[in-house]
Amino acid sequence: MEKKQTPLGYVSFSVFAWIVGLLIFFPIFWMVLTSFKSELEAVSIPPSFISFDWTLENYAEVQERSNYFKFAMNSVILAVGSTLVGLVFAVTCAWAMAFNPTKRTKDALLWMLSTKMMPPVGVLVPIYLMFRDWGLLDTRFGLIMVLFLMNLPIMVWMLYTYFKEIPTDILEAARMDGATLPKEIIFVLLPMAVPGIASTMLLNVILAWNEAFWTLNLTTSDAAPLTAFIASYSSPEGLFWAKLSAASTLAVAPILVIGWFSQKQLVRGLTFGAVK
Amino acid sequence: MGAIRLEKVKKTFGTLDVIPGVDLDINDGEFVVFVGPSGCGKSTLLRLIAGLEDVTDGKILINGTDVANEAPAKRGLSMVFQSYALYPHMTVYNNIAFGLKMAGESKEVIEEKVQSAAKILNLTDYLERRPSALSGGQRQRVAIGRAIVRNPAAFLFDEPLSNLDAALRVNMRLEITGLHQELKTTMIYVTHDQVEAMTMADKIVVLQAGRVEQVGKPMDLYNSPANKFVAGFIGSPKMNFLGGELAQKHSCHEIGIRPEHVAVSTESGEIPATVKIAEHLGAETYLHVEADGYGPMTVRATGEVPLGEHDKIFLTPEQDRIHRFDAHGLALGNS
Repeated sequence: MEKKQTPLGYVSFSVFAWIVGLLIFFPIFWMVLTSFKSELEAVSIPPSFISFDWTLENYAEVQERSNYFKFAMNSVILAVGSTLVGLVFAVTCAWAMAFNPTKRTKDALLWMLSTKMMPPVGVLVPIYLMFRDWGLLDTRFGLIMVLFLMNLPIMVWMLYTYFKEIPTDILEAARMDGATLPKEIIFVLLPMAVPGIASTMLLNVILAWNEAFWTLNLTTSDAAPLTAFIASYSSPEGLFWAKLSAASTLAVAPILVIGWFSQKQLVRGLTFGAVK
Repeated sequence: MGAIRLEKVKKTFGTLDVIPGVDLDINDGEFVVFVGPSGCGKSTLLRLIAGLEDVTDGKILINGTDVANEAPAKRGLSMVFQSYALYPHMTVYNNIAFGLKMAGESKEVIEEKVQSAAKILNLTDYLERRPSALSGGQRQRVAIGRAIVRNPAAFLFDEPLSNLDAALRVNMRLEITGLHQELKTTMIYVTHDQVEAMTMADKIVVLQAGRVEQVGKPMDLYNSPANKFVAGFIGSPKMNFLGGELAQKHSCHEIGIRPEHVAVSTESGEIPATVKIAEHLGAETYLHVEADGYGPMTVRATGEVPLGEHDKIFLTPEQDRIHRFDAHGLALGNS
């Protein structure tokens, strides 16, 4: 039974939601605001909200000091690359689990997810040594592998829940129609799972874009993405808040825009199967 | 050409014997219906023939070649699914063309075959639509179209009409029968509806618990069922089974008499009975009665019969329509 909402309840719920929303959004807002201030105004107390001298100086300086586009390009390559590689493995894996389940399928899924519960720092040393010995340190290939493996469990989970919703009959019809397994997946399964695949890819791009632990530890310059770009602004000479903010704004802007435009898709992807 | 022969076909799921071993001959061009209650293994048997399930043991011969270990597509069969199983992201044209594309046919051949199938099935105006924009009956036709174009050795139908409403079902039943007469291709049709089985089949295979209970022409099954199960399953309303004195008189364990083979009288007869419920359908009347000494019975009278609850009547089974069964439920031949 749906409970009827009173006007008072509606208003207080809205106010509460706005407060929570603003609280979550405030740091990003503050970061963007600070990026337009001078270094002095950035640390002034009490802080100024609107009435300061707006300047683009920080952005110019950031671009001058370090090549933003090189870092951004690395971020794009790492995020998209790890997502595409992940997709190849996750689709086949989720297909097997969704359409040919065994008694142990659920356990395998849970086990995969449980690997996400381990703190990454626990395996930092062995992975670092492997990367060093194999010459993978500061390479895009090495990082793509790490990011793809890190996000694989989540990709498999999301695709699995999507594939579960696809009637087996349709795949069997394709089999009767003479489709081989690769053709069955490419021409029948994937087109039907497009919304699921899109939101899986989107989430994975965001996760890979924001990943800071491995990207900071395994790169120095050649393969360094935007996370390293931001980190380079917390320098030994002290913190330059305005410049740091400008760098951070530049780093999060692309993913923020993508996320903004695809939030519907994303929410649907994350709650798929939870509500029918 | 499509003669299918099953030799000791067995299927087990874990420790469960779903099909303990079936032998069956299906002649070229025959319309064979597998019928039986839910869970009797009829769909599993069809899926074994299709290749969607692996046989545990036995042979499946299509035109003399054992295909038991072949992939579904290699068997040259087409299947129509209960859920239609159309590809939702493709137009009707592409749905029908998919199998041909997979077989690597040229564009011209595909065009020609799809158009001719669409013509047979009245789908020409809908070729550019998606399945979601079609009615249930149209979707079913697309599914049949998809099966036809591949020019298969045999068509397999898995309860194709159960998702349609009653009126449409009768229509599609006629269409499928018509299609069979036109194409003269072997068809294997699975249903739990014995009316579909009786009206469509050249040969009915009655299954129970994975075993073939009887194989025969519809009227043979109706007139001489091999056992109590077939007798009860074929025919609607169900056959009445009576023991006691009447069975003794016919020197058997139990007799069976169909509701349409019992004469009703208000004056005299063999079995006195009381009407519990009378269902008046106009052309016929179903009487659900309590027969003295024999329990509940169903009787079918032709036309309008002015009887109602609590009316006392007398029933007389037609002597040459009585079926006799032994203690194991096997038929003993008419008395």
